[in-house]
Amino acid sequence: MEYILKAEEVTKEYAKHKALDKVSIDVPKGSIFGLLGPNGAGKTSLIRIINQITAPDEGKIYLGGEALAPKHVEMIGYLPEERGLYKKMEVGEQAMYLAQLKGMDKKVAKERLKEWFRKFDLSTWWNKKVEELSKGMAQKVQFIVTVLHEPKLLILDEPFSGFDPINTNLVKAEIMRLKEEGTTIILSTHNMGSVEEICEHIALINNSKKILGGSVKQIQEDFKEGVYEVNFKGNLIGFTNALWTGCELLNSTEEGEYKKAKVRLTGHGSPNELLKAIVPHVEVHGLQEVIPSMNEIFIRQVEANSAPKTSENE
Amino acid sequence: MSKVSLIIQREYLVRVKKKSFIIMSIVGPILIAALLIVPTWLATQQDDPQNIEVIDETGLFIRQFKNTEDLKFNYEFRSLKDAQDDLRNDGPYTAILHIPEVVVTLPKTVQIFYEEKPSSSSLEYMESQIAKVIENKKLEDQFDLSLDQISGLRPNVEIVPNKLTADGQTEETGGVLASGVGFVLAFFIYMFIFLYGVQVMRGVIEEKTNRIVEVIISSVKPFQLMIGKIVGVALVAFTQIAIMIVLSGTLIFAAQQIFKDDLTKAKVEQVKQIENLNPKQAAKEVQAEKSNTETFTQRLSDRLGRINFPLVLGCFLFYFMGGYLFYGSLFAAIGSAVDNETDTQQFMFPVTVPLIAAIAIAQAAIENPDGPLAFWASIIPFTSPIIMMVRVPVGVAAWELLLSMALLALSFLGSTWMAGKIYRTGILMYGKKVNFKEIGKWIVRKS
Repeated sequence: MEYILKAEEVTKEYAKHKALDKVSIDVPKGSIFGLLGPNGAGKTSLIRIINQITAPDEGKIYLGGEALAPKHVEMIGYLPEERGLYKKMEVGEQAMYLAQLKGMDKKVAKERLKEWFRKFDLSTWWNKKVEELSKGMAQKVQFIVTVLHEPKLLILDEPFSGFDPINTNLVKAEIMRLKEEGTTIILSTHNMGSVEEICEHIALINNSKKILGGSVKQIQEDFKEGVYEVNFKGNLIGFTNALWTGCELLNSTEEGEYKKAKVRLTGHGSPNELLKAIVPHVEVHGLQEVIPSMNEIFIRQVEANSAPKTSENE
Repeated sequence: MSKVSLIIQREYLVRVKKKSFIIMSIVGPILIAALLIVPTWLATQQDDPQNIEVIDETGLFIRQFKNTEDLKFNYEFRSLKDAQDDLRNDGPYTAILHIPEVVVTLPKTVQIFYEEKPSSSSLEYMESQIAKVIENKKLEDQFDLSLDQISGLRPNVEIVPNKLTADGQTEETGGVLASGVGFVLAFFIYMFIFLYGVQVMRGVIEEKTNRIVEVIISSVKPFQLMIGKIVGVALVAFTQIAIMIVLSGTLIFAAQQIFKDDLTKAKVEQVKQIENLNPKQAAKEVQAEKSNTETFTQRLSDRLGRINFPLVLGCFLFYFMGGYLFYGSLFAAIGSAVDNETDTQQFMFPVTVPLIAAIAIAQAAIENPDGPLAFWASIIPFTSPIIMMVRVPVGVAAWELLLSMALLALSFLGSTWMAGKIYRTGILMYGKKVNFKEIGKWIVRKS
C-alpha cells in the first residue's frame, strides 16, 4: 500500500505534560483516515505538527515519501477545529486572500471560488461582510477555502460541527467526491457514526499515545466477540433450554410474540450449530452476527486505557 | 506575490478602508488647521482697537508710540480733565494715557484711564516705550549724544552656540530652537508608537478572538504574520501622516491666501492714516517695519540653517522606524498572550511606562541636551527613539549617535525575535490567563 503520510514515533512535550508520546501513523494514499480520541488526547497537537504550525520534539514526518518541509504547506488543506474568519472583510475578498496565502494564482482562485460559491449556494454573498453570514454559511466558506487549492492531503478537524443535517450531507458528499478524485483525507472527529460511514482507516489516540490503529473493517473484525442476534417466535424458556454449554445468553427482549436474544458462542461453536440447536424449539426469523460499532470500540478502548486519569491538555 | 506582502497588503487595505481612518484623515487636518487659523483670524477680527489719547505734558513723546492693529495713538493738547470728560461722554477715544511733566524724574507717575482695560502686552509696550524715551532724553542731556549715536550704542547681542569637536573643529549648533524642532519630532515619534502600536495589538487580539489565526498560520509562519501586521500598520501610519500633512498644509496655505488680502489692506490703511499726519514719517515707518521683519526672519533662518537637516531627517526616519518596530513587536506579543483587550492591562504597564517617562525626560533634555539624564536616556533603547531625537538637532557626538542607533537596532531585532516566540505560542492559547512567568517560559522554550 502506498502511504501519503507517515509519522514515525512523534513526541511532543509541553511545559507540564506530554502531548504526544511516540505516536506513529500511516495514512494510505487516497483513503479517508479517521483520527480519533477523546478531548485532549493529542489529536490537535499531531495535526498542528503535520501542518508545521509546531515542530515535534522527536520523531519524523514524511509527506509523499519526503521529510516534511515548508514547501509542503501548499499540498495540505487544513480546516482547524477552532476556525473563524475576519468579520469585517467581505466574503469574496476574504476567500481570495486565504487562497492566495496558499500560493494560488489570483485568476485561478477567482474562477474556482465562483464555481464553489455557486455549488454551495453562496454566490449572492460575495460582496457581503463576513459578519452578516450565518454560522453554517461561514462554515461553508471555511470548507471552500480549505479545499480550493486542491490539496493532496486534506485535514479536517471536526468538519461537521455547526452544520445542519442537510449541509452535513452536502459537505459529506463533497468529501467523498474529493476522495474519488484521489485526495487523501484525515478526519478528526468525535462523531463515530461518520467514522463508520466514511473512514477506511483509523488511529485512536488516548492520553498522548496511539492505542489502536488499522482499517476499520479489520478493527471491527478483531473486536467482534462471537455474539449473534437471533430473532424468533416462540417460547423464551424453550429457547434457553435449547442452548448447550458452548453458548451464553447475554440478553433478550420481547416485542409481542417476537423475541430477540443475543447469544455469545464460546469455544468452537458455529452459527450453524446454534441454528441446529434452536430450530426444533422456536421459529427462527433471523440470525446475524453482531459487529461492534466504532462507538463501542472507542469507549471500551479509551476506558481500558484511561485507568490513571491525567490532566487534559489544550 | 510573496506571502508577507499579501499580509501587509491586507492589513493595510482593511485599515485604510475603515470609516474611522477616513474620518480621522479629514477631521485631523481640519482640527490642526483650525488650531492655527482660528486664533489668527480672531485676531484680525478684533473690531474695536484701543484708541488711546496721549496727553503728553512734556512734549517728548509725540509720535513715539507705534500704531498697531489694535492700538491707535492720538496726540491731543488739552487738559487731563477735558479728556476725562470727553471719555466719560462717549468721545472718540477709549483710553487716556497721561504723561505728566515730571515723568523724567518721577517715571512712576504715568497713568492710564480707560473704559476697557488695555491688554497687558499693550501696557508693557507703552511702559518700555516711555522708558526708552526717558533714557534717550537723559543720555542726550547728560552726555550730549545725538539720537543716532544713542541707537548705535544699543547692539543686538546674540550668543552663537559653538560645539568644539574632538578634532579641534567648531561646529555651530542650533540652540533652543533646534531643541524645539527636536521635541516636535520626538513627540511625533511618541504619538506614532502609541497609536499604532496599540493598533498592532488590537489586530492580533482580533485574529485570536475570531479564531482565524490557525487557518492563516497553516499557510504562513507565525513570524511572517506578525511582521506583516507590524509593517502593514506602519504603512497605514505613514499614509495617515502624509494625508494630514498635505491636507493641513493646503488648508493653512489657502487660509493665508484668503486672509493675506485682509492683512495687507489693513496695513495700507494704517500707512495712509499716518500719511495724513506726516508723509515723511509714514515712509520711515514703513521702512522700519520692513527692516524689523527682515532681521527677524533672517535670524530665524540663520538659526534654522545651523541645524543639520539631512542628519535630523535621517535620524528621524531611523528612530521612527526603530522605535516603532521595537515597541510594535512588544505590543504584538502582548496581543498574542491575551484573549481580549481587558486582559492587556498588566502587560501594557511595563511597556507604556518607559514611553511616558521618555516624553517627560524629553522636556528636561530640551533644557540640558548634554546632561547625564539626556545622555543615558538617549542611549537606552526604551527611551532613545524619543530622547535622541531631541538631542540630534542640537548636535551630538558621532559615537553617541552610533552607539544609540546600534543599541536600538540590536534591541528591535531582539524584541522582534522575543515577540515572535511569545506570539507563536500565544496565538494558539485560548481561555487561559497567562502571567509573566508563563510568558518567560515561552521565550526560553526551544522551537
